[in-house]
Amino acid sequence: MVTDTKTREAPSFAVIDAIVHKHNAEPGSVIPILQEIQDEYGYVPVVAIDRIAKITGITNGEVYGTATFYNMFRLEPLGENLVKVCHGTACHLAGAERIAEAIALEVGAKEGETSADGKFTIEQVACLGCCSSAPALMINEEIYGRLTSESVRKVLKKCACGNGDGA
Amino acid sequence: MSTANGSPVVKVGLSSCGVAAGGRGVYDALAAKLEDSKVSLMQTGCIGMCYKEPLVEVLMPGNERYLYGDVTPEKAERIIEEHLFKGQPVKDWLLMVEGNGSDIASPLEGQRRIVLRHCGIIDPESIDDYISVGGYGAIKKALGSMTQEQVIDEVIESGLRGRGGAGFSTGMKWRFAREAKGSPKYIICNADEGDPGAFMDRSVLESDPHSVLEGMLVAAYAIGADEGYIYCRAEYPLAVRRLKLAISLAQERGFLGESILGSDFSFDLKIREGAGAFVCGEETALMMSIEGKRGMPRSRPPFPAQSGLWGKPTSINNVETFANVSWIISNGAKEYNSLGTEKSKGTKVFALAGKVARGGLVEVPMGMTINDIVFKVGGGTSSDLAFKAVQMGGPSGGCVPASLADTQVDYDSLSSIGAIMGSGGMLVMDESTCMVDLAKFFLNFTQDESCGKCVPCRVGTKRMLEILERITDGKGHDDDIEKLEGLADSIKRASLCGLGQTAPNPALTTIKYFREEYEAHIKDKTCPAKKCPALITYEVLADVCTGCTKCTKFCPTGAIAGEKKQPHVIDDAKCVRCGLCMDVCKFNSINVF
Ligand SMILES: Cc1cc2nc3c(=O)[nH]c(=O)nc-3n(C[C@H](O)[C@H](O)[C@H](O)COP(=O)(O)O)c2cc1C
Ligand code: FES
Repeated sequence: MVTDTKTREAPSFAVIDAIVHKHNAEPGSVIPILQEIQDEYGYVPVVAIDRIAKITGITNGEVYGTATFYNMFRLEPLGENLVKVCHGTACHLAGAERIAEAIALEVGAKEGETSADGKFTIEQVACLGCCSSAPALMINEEIYGRLTSESVRKVLKKCACGNGDGA
Repeated sequence: MSTANGSPVVKVGLSSCGVAAGGRGVYDALAAKLEDSKVSLMQTGCIGMCYKEPLVEVLMPGNERYLYGDVTPEKAERIIEEHLFKGQPVKDWLLMVEGNGSDIASPLEGQRRIVLRHCGIIDPESIDDYISVGGYGAIKKALGSMTQEQVIDEVIESGLRGRGGAGFSTGMKWRFAREAKGSPKYIICNADEGDPGAFMDRSVLESDPHSVLEGMLVAAYAIGADEGYIYCRAEYPLAVRRLKLAISLAQERGFLGESILGSDFSFDLKIREGAGAFVCGEETALMMSIEGKRGMPRSRPPFPAQSGLWGKPTSINNVETFANVSWIISNGAKEYNSLGTEKSKGTKVFALAGKVARGGLVEVPMGMTINDIVFKVGGGTSSDLAFKAVQMGGPSGGCVPASLADTQVDYDSLSSIGAIMGSGGMLVMDESTCMVDLAKFFLNFTQDESCGKCVPCRVGTKRMLEILERITDGKGHDDDIEKLEGLADSIKRASLCGLGQTAPNPALTTIKYFREEYEAHIKDKTCPAKKCPALITYEVLADVCTGCTKCTKFCPTGAIAGEKKQPHVIDDAKCVRCGLCMDVCKFNSINVF
């Protein structure tokens, strides 16, 4: 179930070009193109931005503008596991900040950072749509709910040595 | 999905909330246990009772339904042993029994399920399941026996108003798009669900995706569109996966594609994943985003019905709106408009979350009071503290105090008290919620999500946030409330799109109904709900503390000291008020004052 498509390889023109052409090099498809490139590498490498611009015929600035406008795109490489900590309304009321503190304590990375061992990148998101199980977070594509400062550390420990289901 | 061959069926709720609670482990345990039996095992979506996930339903021949909650893999095995193999339901874990004259009160009491009609009942990944409950009957009926005008008339007569927030008549919107010149025409489903606290669209997409596709088909037929888009937020990977599957199944069966059901109507659908920008839920920004640009709203008119996607006539509707449409066409406008109030017909789905006992999705007739939703349907607060307020409509919405909770939920009553229906997020708060912190939370959200195109929104929300920050830091000025009100007024009047026009609402309604809390922060430098870090102090209650040392291991700043088995002490200078110690203490020995 975990879609771990993130390869550690250096970005290659062949891969990027194939993705752009899959979308017929349409300027209107910049967002899905960026999404696929991010799925491939875990982030959007700068060379990809240049390449997309070149093939689709729009300016570098426009592609860059689109990539930075949307919260989802990352211009930096990602750790092995992507942890999205929900800071939506329900999670905020249920103590999302404490969960973020507990995560920082466990893996040594704050929101927006990647842990020194490269295992976790921690991100902040607006809502995962599991508000009645607040506080919640998502690791890769798996959601964990009804967390406590203690259970979140357990989830991360388990994750650091393989992935499991449910909190 | 029924007990077709006379043997029982066991269903496990596997939408995101079920999975988050550990539903997959339960499913696997059941699968192992049922391997050689005649009992069939299937997945369903979410019935709405998220507070009791994982949920397992046992459906016995004769349509007896037994619903179990809080199921673990171990409990699942016992349910199979006792209920399915020995015929003895495990009474202690039952939430609901239907079809055998049981005396357990149904937790779904008070609800009227139209949008959620199939949620938690059918397998969302099976098109046959959807067809077996009458699915794709609406598009058959529309294509077979109704003109485009008749479809539009039916939807107008139903009184259905858009469920995405603004509440505009769905049928009228279709009429404008149908009458607009230009081709091709487009249908868009808005599944961006930006309100951080709402999840009905996710749940419907994960639990009953075909009903949304069918609603879109009906709309496309009515306005004469042959192409459509579903714009779904990327934080919903399971919804996206099930939608993709539903689209390919519908294509295989000829419900999507060329000459649908032998008619001359053709329609195809694409999914576009959002990329995490709240403003893209706004219709004009959403269309910019589909076109591959930065999602910035533009002023209207022209409305999308005249000039929408790529400048062509476009009708954009919300997920819940479409799920209603397929029901309305199948069951008739009269059946629908017999529910609700004079100007707000039908039902509304609410996402109950926060400090509520039965958090999850509920669907009630329009016009029910907030009190009834919170107490009768939602079971009251989840704590032993008193009900304080609900926030409706998220960052664009308002806060309704308990004293006004006898207000009916319909578009007009809610706007008369400064709140909005919004998309249906209903966040329940008890006495532990600080209203100034809540306003700060929303302003932080909106100023962060402001696309930056217009100054009142970009700069105004930032200024409001700064003031709220200094108030919660205990540095508020005497005239800050008036300053907030002044800023709010100009932002509302001068912003370009709905984001800015509504951004001040959470602050305005909390000022209106909880002014004394603002004053306590500003004048007395206290936070009555004991939430704002700068205004509170943590201490260890020496007579309760057992000296277990657990809190010391969780304190991120090493602010807690003490010998084993001796009461601990917090060094106030080092304490960052994160509350981790309170969270992990098993003896309730941490106090905040
Ligand atoms: C800032 C902002 C965010 C919005 N977010 C959403 C959203 O997430 N989902 C939605 O359906 N409508 C959202 N809307 C409303 C849409 O602009 C539009 O009115 C709606 O999609 C129309 O569908 P309906 O008529 O079925 O309600 C938002 C509006 C604004 C101003
Ligand atoms: S607020 Fe966290 S899941 Fe919705």
